[in-house]
Amino acid sequence: MSKWKSITGAQAVAEAMRQINPDVVAAYPITPQTPIVEQFASFVANGIVDTEMIPVESEHSAMSCTVGASAAGARAMCATASQGLALMWEVVAAVPGLRLPIVMPIVNRALSAPINIHCDHSDSMGATTIGWIQIYSENAQEAYENTLLAIRLAEHKDVLLPVMVMQDGFIISHGVENVEIFDDDAVRKFVGERNPDRYLLDVDHPYTIGPLALPDYYFEIKRQQEEAMQNALKVYLEVGDELSKISGHKYPYFEEYKTEDAEVVIVVLSSTAGTAKDAVDELREEGKKVGLIKPILFRPFPYKEMRKALEKFKAIGVLDRSIAFGAYAPLYTEVRNALFESENKPKLQSYVYGLGGKDIFKSDIKKVFEELLSGNVNPEEQRYIRLRG
Amino acid sequence: MNIGTNKKIQWCPGCGNYAIYSAFKNVVERNIENGKLIKENIVLVSGIGCHGYITNYYDLNSFHPIHGRVPPLATGMRIANDLLTVVGFAGDGDVYAEGMNHIIQAARRNTDITMIVHDNSVYGLTTGQFTPTSPKGFKGRSTPFGNPERPLNPITLMIVSRGTFVARGFSGDVKHLEYLFERAIFHRGFSIVDVIQPCVTFNNTYEFFRKRVYRLEDTDYKPNDFEKAVEKSLEWGDKIPIGVFYEEETDTYEKLVRGHENFFFNRDVPDITEILTEKS
Repeated sequence: MSKWKSITGAQAVAEAMRQINPDVVAAYPITPQTPIVEQFASFVANGIVDTEMIPVESEHSAMSCTVGASAAGARAMCATASQGLALMWEVVAAVPGLRLPIVMPIVNRALSAPINIHCDHSDSMGATTIGWIQIYSENAQEAYENTLLAIRLAEHKDVLLPVMVMQDGFIISHGVENVEIFDDDAVRKFVGERNPDRYLLDVDHPYTIGPLALPDYYFEIKRQQEEAMQNALKVYLEVGDELSKISGHKYPYFEEYKTEDAEVVIVVLSSTAGTAKDAVDELREEGKKVGLIKPILFRPFPYKEMRKALEKFKAIGVLDRSIAFGAYAPLYTEVRNALFESENKPKLQSYVYGLGGKDIFKSDIKKVFEELLSGNVNPEEQRYIRLRG
Repeated sequence: MNIGTNKKIQWCPGCGNYAIYSAFKNVVERNIENGKLIKENIVLVSGIGCHGYITNYYDLNSFHPIHGRVPPLATGMRIANDLLTVVGFAGDGDVYAEGMNHIIQAARRNTDITMIVHDNSVYGLTTGQFTPTSPKGFKGRSTPFGNPERPLNPITLMIVSRGTFVARGFSGDVKHLEYLFERAIFHRGFSIVDVIQPCVTFNNTYEFFRKRVYRLEDTDYKPNDFEKAVEKSLEWGDKIPIGVFYEEETDTYEKLVRGHENFFFNRDVPDITEILTEKS
């Protein structure tokens, strides 16, 4: 039996971790990730999970500790945000090459400087090129479900890659929603036990993790990683289908909202998609043919599927909550890339919004739609929403 | 002279940060007035944690870096321009956890900087997790059954890291803090004052420490012997010493490396007065 709980996004992820029951969790407190670890620590303290919880002295140590545990054969998790992710980067970047299926919830928060604790995607968007699978969640429910899905995806033998599961800092992590927590037994059966082929504590089959590979084999190992990333596209859907049987929800690469007859759409990640849906509904009542695409799986990026979904529209506005300084914004870049092979390219417009937690309202999104409908777009220009003049 | 700003102070009522704030303020104001410090040449660096706001409350040059990195930043500033009086504020979670290795390197390098550590043995800003100075058995949000780890002793650590001025203060004794801060600032070389600073919200240790602390300056202890200092630093129980544990005059890093040549003034840049008076 599933249960409805009024909890925050952070607690929802902690609930997922409770059901996953990892062998080891190592973490260091950082706003706004802290409540995930705090809630999970209470599960450990109350004997609800069997996890060995290790509160370490820094994020660099947290990820190092998680790597050690995972290499030893354990199901190991970590969680962080912003500066924490930045500090552990050295180790984070090594994990995909080590092929350790670590799942790490990320609570998106702006990167310093200036110091800021509020939401934007500059932390995880800085880690898109190093081989972690990335899944973005709109709300607490999705953060919960994506965390469950991520475990199976990461540990699949054709994948064996780490996964970051994102939720928006404070907006989702500290906002209370009704979340459906699925039946414990069903979820435990779904996530199962980690069953690695090889691990360090297997004394009958000793092996080495992380040795030197110079020009002789380094390249080949990286090529294998890329193959695993491509496999993840297929496995994501398979694992999603399995989870659907428990949840009744679908796990597509991206969500299409009122797009069937839409002329213009907005593409936006995470919690802003929720706000945008309201804007779509209201504009639809006025007879305007607008819709929304919300990417969920961002790495690997489903280019072909995205192209098919996008090429039928007249104009597309892409909203990014981070800047790729000196380049097109990260999500906008992928949308442009996806449409390169298209014969019917829609008009495109890039928008940057919400850096450092700057609010975005329905009225802002409606203005974007009006601009797209008016045809006043320039694919080479980056526009800013609610920026002080 | 008032080096305070009109920013509203955001610490909890009763926070030990107030004692550190006012002791440092008094020392700096007094020494600017008597000409021993030049206001423009003072630079403050503050770390991450509740204490980090402190630079907002002083009308002095300041830098608020990322977590744990106060000592290397302060070192860089001082090496670039040794006319500066560089004071770093940091927490125990800052310099004894996330940035532990920096404080050791800074101590043994003996650059002329002053570190003031707001040591409350808890992460206050993230609401109550244990730190490397929390006692064994400490019950916090992340350790409901008690911290299994033994705490480190910052005083011993700093002495054996060859810090040349190592002291402990208590935020329940502001006059004594003023005395320590003044000596630390004018000490030539690396100086550190580890301030026992109760967190009224998550780790209120005022009563515990008030009963136990005594000033080394009220005893016949002399802080000039390395081995005795190490021994003294281990005293922790019914009696807890505060004051200067160890002090040594030796050449600073900047003197040894380049004899106080000032990189800042030797840069090939125009005089600021020329720029300001130039007609545009």
